[in-house]
Amino acid sequence: MSDIAEQVKQIVIEHLGVEESKVTPEASFIDDLGADSLDTVELVMAFEEKFGIEIPDDAAEKITTVKDAIEYIEKQKAA
Amino acid sequence: MFQNGGSPRRVVVTGMGIACPLGVGVEHVWRRLLAGESGISAIQSFDVSALPAKIAGQVPAGSRAEGKLDINEWIPVKDQKKMDRFIQLAMVAAEEAVEDSGWRPESEEDRCATGVLIGSGIGGLPTIYDASLQVAAGKAKRISPFFIPSALINLASGQVSIRYGFKGPNHSVVTACATGVHALGDAARLIALGDADVMIAGGAEAAVCEIGMAGFCASRALSTAYNDTPTRASRPWDEGRDGFVMGEGAGVLVLEELEHAKRRGAKIYAEVIGYGMSGDAYHITAPSEDGDGAFRAMRNALRSARLAPGDVQYVNAHGTSTPLGDDLELAAVERLWGEDAKRLAMSSTKSAIGHLLGAAGAVEGIFSILAIRDRVAPPTLNLEKPSRESPIDRVALQAQERPIRVALSNSFGFGGTNASIVFRAAP
Repeated sequence: MSDIAEQVKQIVIEHLGVEESKVTPEASFIDDLGADSLDTVELVMAFEEKFGIEIPDDAAEKITTVKDAIEYIEKQKAA
Repeated sequence: MFQNGGSPRRVVVTGMGIACPLGVGVEHVWRRLLAGESGISAIQSFDVSALPAKIAGQVPAGSRAEGKLDINEWIPVKDQKKMDRFIQLAMVAAEEAVEDSGWRPESEEDRCATGVLIGSGIGGLPTIYDASLQVAAGKAKRISPFFIPSALINLASGQVSIRYGFKGPNHSVVTACATGVHALGDAARLIALGDADVMIAGGAEAAVCEIGMAGFCASRALSTAYNDTPTRASRPWDEGRDGFVMGEGAGVLVLEELEHAKRRGAKIYAEVIGYGMSGDAYHITAPSEDGDGAFRAMRNALRSARLAPGDVQYVNAHGTSTPLGDDLELAAVERLWGEDAKRLAMSSTKSAIGHLLGAAGAVEGIFSILAIRDRVAPPTLNLEKPSRESPIDRVALQAQERPIRVALSNSFGFGGTNASIVFRAAP
């Protein structure tokens, strides 16, 4: 797992208070990890803070799984 | 209660919970209170060097087993950031009260007949402070999405209802330091009028923070002469008093319609038999000069209880330890009780825990109920030399066993808002 993927996973565990084993790439924040809409807003803010990036609202809406987040952030960091 | 309004429904207390500067847990706190212990200490959670008042009543940190508060034992870490400390304290007191009552409705009908009415004087002040710092640092976009629901006063009621599935009236009260009594009285009325069968009611406050302390210092309300001897600072009616001591905490009661409580075989602590309110229409922070607002609140409470002053054996005073307010309340009680004043016991438990603002009335309501249950008046600590004599026994320094069957509790708030509530031994 990449460095970014590992950090994303840790943020998800910390903010949603979930077991590490549940944070699979396919896991949906809302359907699988018990997040509500405000939790996901906070999660995106935590990603922005951690990786020093801006995630616009329209992009944030499309980040619904752990994999979505990792791919978006990797793309931003590579750019 | 409120039989003169045509309602035959009586309201009793079937559960109680406390988190306050003497600890967490009703029986633990009560034992310490009767033993004359104090919960006032130096503030260490933030820098107070620039403030004239450096002490407060703070909920002691530690494990639940030792009667202290480790919030991780009560609320999942993930949810803590969605609740200002005042809501967390309300959740702690509510958990004890609900468990104590044994009321866990399972049918939809029972859930809809169970409501929540928890107030706060100020609400999420520490949370507002933190968010303000972020805005001032140019980070307005970085404010937590939980900022508003964490700070809003009615979210104490909201969070408690969500945790337990109580779908009845969901309400709140904001009347500064009268909040707790208004919450209990209004909730009792909702039951008496048939809006609910059970209400989880009380108050919560957590304003022992930088701007909370600075604000009350600025209004010249706090004690500043006892920073080196914190347990001596709250001294209602004593000639050495110089202001109130800030306190934090929460008190929550389960109020229930009498027949409902009897049907399920609930333990009944006491009955809520009277509630009275008044406004001073005088000044934003000072009580009216003749104590008339306090007098009318107590008189109205006794009227709704259909009792004469002489029927009351114990008053839990508002008694905040301010030079002006203590004697005005004392004079109002003397005027209302008249010849019966010499048979009355009145104490201020703020001498031990400080002034819990919006939580004060709820915590002190619990103390009043326990005074009836155990026939004992809790002491007024530090009342070494009263600033004036009175025929009323103010229970100086030590608890007293007394034949208490009816107790009245007072709370008065900024804005000139006054409330009194009357409890009687379980029917």
